[in-house]
Amino acid sequence: MRLDLTHIQRWIEPGSKVLDLGCGDGEFLKQLRDTRQVRGMGLEIDPDNITAAVSRGLDIVEQDMDRGLANFPDQSFDTVVMAHALQAVHYPDRVLDEMLRIGREGIVTFPNFGHWRCRLYLGTRGRMPVSKFMPYSWYDTPNIHFCTVNDFEALCRDKGIRIAAREMVGNTQRRPLLAGAWPNMFAVTAIYRITR
Amino acid sequence: MEAPTERSLGIVEPRTEHFEEPLRLACGRDFGPYDLVYETYGALNDDCSNAVLICHALSGHHHAAGYHSEADRKPGWWNACIGPGKPIDTDRFFVVSLNNLGGCHGSTGPASPNPDTGRPWGPDFPPLRVRDWVHSQKRLADRLGIARWAAVIGGSLGGMQAMRWALEYPDMVEHCVVIASAMKLSAQNIAFNEIARHAIQSDPDFSEGRYLERECVPAQGLALARMVGHITYLSDDAMANKFGRDLRSGTLERGDEESVEFQVQSYLRYQGNQFSGSFDANTYILMTRALDYFDLAREYGDDPVAAFARAKCSFLVISFSTDWRFSPQRSREIVDALIAADRPVSYAEIEASEGHDAFLLALPRYRDLFRAYMQRVGGGSQ
Repeated sequence: MRLDLTHIQRWIEPGSKVLDLGCGDGEFLKQLRDTRQVRGMGLEIDPDNITAAVSRGLDIVEQDMDRGLANFPDQSFDTVVMAHALQAVHYPDRVLDEMLRIGREGIVTFPNFGHWRCRLYLGTRGRMPVSKFMPYSWYDTPNIHFCTVNDFEALCRDKGIRIAAREMVGNTQRRPLLAGAWPNMFAVTAIYRITR
Repeated sequence: MEAPTERSLGIVEPRTEHFEEPLRLACGRDFGPYDLVYETYGALNDDCSNAVLICHALSGHHHAAGYHSEADRKPGWWNACIGPGKPIDTDRFFVVSLNNLGGCHGSTGPASPNPDTGRPWGPDFPPLRVRDWVHSQKRLADRLGIARWAAVIGGSLGGMQAMRWALEYPDMVEHCVVIASAMKLSAQNIAFNEIARHAIQSDPDFSEGRYLERECVPAQGLALARMVGHITYLSDDAMANKFGRDLRSGTLERGDEESVEFQVQSYLRYQGNQFSGSFDANTYILMTRALDYFDLAREYGDDPVAAFARAKCSFLVISFSTDWRFSPQRSREIVDALIAADRPVSYAEIEASEGHDAFLLALPRYRDLFRAYMQRVGGGSQ
């Protein structure tokens, strides 16, 4: 399982109700169901992912987040998770609002565009970074709203969103050196637990 | 993926159950005795936990899969989805498919004799609602020893029955599969049904519905009704792909007076004639009215969330992108109500050019998703 997902599992209360925005093939929801008896629902738009997730016995609804989440009642989930999708939605700020309307708390993970490798790539080559981690060219990418750790925290401040916890991860199990001291420079992936 | 050599159910046989005790109908009448004709596919397991009910749509009947004889050219109407290794896998499930009360394929309907007069019921057959079908299906379940359906499944009007089942008998339904359906018809949809009824009723041979007593059938009207209906079950694209502007006869050359016939014309005429030779006009009127009158949430203060709060089953809802008779929006309304009612639900909108009729086909994504969902039904793999 992807590293960010391994990290956020422990923030999910056993037996709670979880909505996973952009749930992919449902691996994470299945894990939560099997190990933490979580009652989950996933939103996804990719047909193959939907079929794969449904075959895992999960409840999956085909719905595009960019068309809103108004069909979900207020505070109808304990936790709303959005892993590695913030940078791909049209209105990240509105999605954050919706997450905290629907859920008691939200968990967001995103690739940190402020990581030193991105800066180095842009600084030395003068071109938008392309890596194994972010393999798309700027003109053909699902990632339309990259942000940095500092950008995200500034947005949370502006919106009055409380950051209950955060975790900075690298490419391996070990937390990258210095990521605690200078996350905006050294975190590859940022993970936030947010509430109102 | 589909196995290279598709297995089929082979020859299947209809059976009939007779019900002596009258059924209290939504209209207030007690109706009976009556017969229900049905087929079953697969074997009921020891603890009776693998039974699946198929609810048919407007022009459907009990013969959903397999063949009636070696000479049959066509299998049952949902053979694409029911059979060994198919989404409704007869290696795993005991499938029950019946002809609804009021039908014209063997169950008691308007063409059956009225015991009081000895003449066909005709227009005196009581009006039926979707709930009447559900209650008659419940009696059939009792007769077959099925205390709980692993799944109740239906497309279109069949989906309405499946949803009604979930509300009327919440403890008897484990999974509810609702395909290309709606919680109620739109005005446009009712309008199309009214055209169909009007076509039938204005055929001189309709004779106020007593055509069987006069030994005639309103074939023209019924054919016309079917032609209109058929167009609405297809999409613009589907018709363009199937027929385009191809000509069956004549040319559009200059200097040619001969009238031309488009392929689509002859197809529609063929469909209409086929249908009018095999379907009862009064049944068509009765079933379109049941469609029009259906409103899932009416008795729940017009609140679909309150309605679905009664259900105890899990739901699979499927729609098709070019279905304009039961559009994806109607299915999303079902899904939204289920989400708000905190019911487990999965939903997919299948990209398909075939319009409403897509639900009868084995389109790859539809088939794979349907099969993926059915794995969890009946105590299967979790």
